[in-house]
Amino acid sequence: MIAHAFNTLIHLVLLITMPPMLLGVINKTKAWFGGRVGPPVLQLYYDLIRLVQKGMVISTTTTWIFQAGPIITLGAVLLAALLIPFGRFDAPIHFGGDLILFAYLFALGRFFTTAAALDTGSPFEGMGAAREVTFACLSEPALFLAFLVLVKLSGTYSLTPMLHSPMAHTFVTLPVASLLLIGAGLFIIVLAENCRIPVDDPNTHLELTMIHEVMVLDHSGPLLGFILYGASIKLFVLCALLLNVIAPFQSRFAMIDWPMFIVEMLAISVVIGVVESVMARLQMRHVPTLLVSASLLCGFGFLLMLR
Amino acid sequence: MNASVNALLVVVLLLNLFLLGTSRIRALIQGAALQGILLGCMPLLLHQHLSPFPFVIAAATMILKGSIVPQMLFKALRDAQIKREVEPLIGLIPTMLLGALGTAISIAFASQLALVPEHSQTLVVPASFATVLTGFLLLTTRIKAITQVIGYLILENGIYIFGMLLLEAMPFLVELGILLDLFVGIFVVSIIIHHINREFASLDTRRLASLKE
Repeated sequence: MIAHAFNTLIHLVLLITMPPMLLGVINKTKAWFGGRVGPPVLQLYYDLIRLVQKGMVISTTTTWIFQAGPIITLGAVLLAALLIPFGRFDAPIHFGGDLILFAYLFALGRFFTTAAALDTGSPFEGMGAAREVTFACLSEPALFLAFLVLVKLSGTYSLTPMLHSPMAHTFVTLPVASLLLIGAGLFIIVLAENCRIPVDDPNTHLELTMIHEVMVLDHSGPLLGFILYGASIKLFVLCALLLNVIAPFQSRFAMIDWPMFIVEMLAISVVIGVVESVMARLQMRHVPTLLVSASLLCGFGFLLMLR
Repeated sequence: MNASVNALLVVVLLLNLFLLGTSRIRALIQGAALQGILLGCMPLLLHQHLSPFPFVIAAATMILKGSIVPQMLFKALRDAQIKREVEPLIGLIPTMLLGALGTAISIAFASQLALVPEHSQTLVVPASFATVLTGFLLLTTRIKAITQVIGYLILENGIYIFGMLLLEAMPFLVELGILLDLFVGIFVVSIIIHHINREFASLDTRRLASLKE
């Protein structure tokens, strides 16, 4: 009981404090590839503190949706984060069917982000919202097909046992091929959902090519801080989800497993940084091909489970 | 053994989808070369007892499909100076989906067949059907002559995977004969591409139907 409370506490502490660091590590990796020093690893923390202290400029053409958008999105993402187990530890909240809640909490967040973007009436933001929703339509089937594989493997509809099921198998009984396939599919989803490079460039400042960044152009001050923080939590949660699929290791000692989880999360950020450094952004018309191939990868994984 | 063969075949299946989805001819050739190298490893994994033949076949397949044929295709691509984009008759995503559908059907179909137990556990039969279907799709939906050559190459890869089932029974000479035929075929086609290009300035196979003296 005490151990459970302790693990839940660490889950919450990591969830609140660690996400901005992943983005710092990604940026540091990219800087290293480019031969630059790059911003400090903790840069996003400084940015968040600075943004929260600032005032806001709110356009008179906007309604309450514009201000509610970032707050509801942050809330939805935080709630979704409570459903995902970190490493081998149980999630604070788990019940049968929570995978649907998980997927649609992200969808809820996306709905309010796009609604807030449309609320400004800016044509660029409307364009970004349209792209975001279009690509989300294509990445959602991939996520559910990946979940189907885990449902088949574990026999339950709850995320915690589902994501722990790869650990419960020995290497011989583990369907390695299926897990590798959905691992690859989920990695594409991580990149697409977080607007990382093959899909969207987080550093670009040309509205015509942006997706996520263009939707938040009009937000400023604390609201922008909420958006940045929510985006980093989304990255953190999806990486944790991916981690359980591609690295199902455990040592049974909480003292080893928690640091191992943190190291693995940082390793995934380094991998994302490397991918961003060696790849160029895809042309907008080629992005659907990438997302459809993610669905196909996960679909293949499911097909191999069925035989 | 089965696990490693299956892992290899899953990569082969994914390469099939990649070949159907890519829009660049260079990537197409490189994908086909990688597939050839992977398939070259298969005799080593499948063969039960050590003998020199699988090593010779593996080495010949890898050198031919992984290096010589891609080099010839790259050379043909350079000489012909054509646009480096694949021109599909139907879009890339629909062909990918068709390929995925074909793979699903192959897996379903192979599970219906009465195979010997050691074959039904591996992915050899479905992977072979799926690769043959991929070859057909590449052959029928791509316009340029050079992409059709790659279609033939993939088709042959599919037949090669099926041949792996008969590795114990198939004479060594037949295997090498097939590889030689393939080599000569690609060789001839790359020369033909060069000549067509010099005479007619277009490699669109739809126009080849109307060629006259």
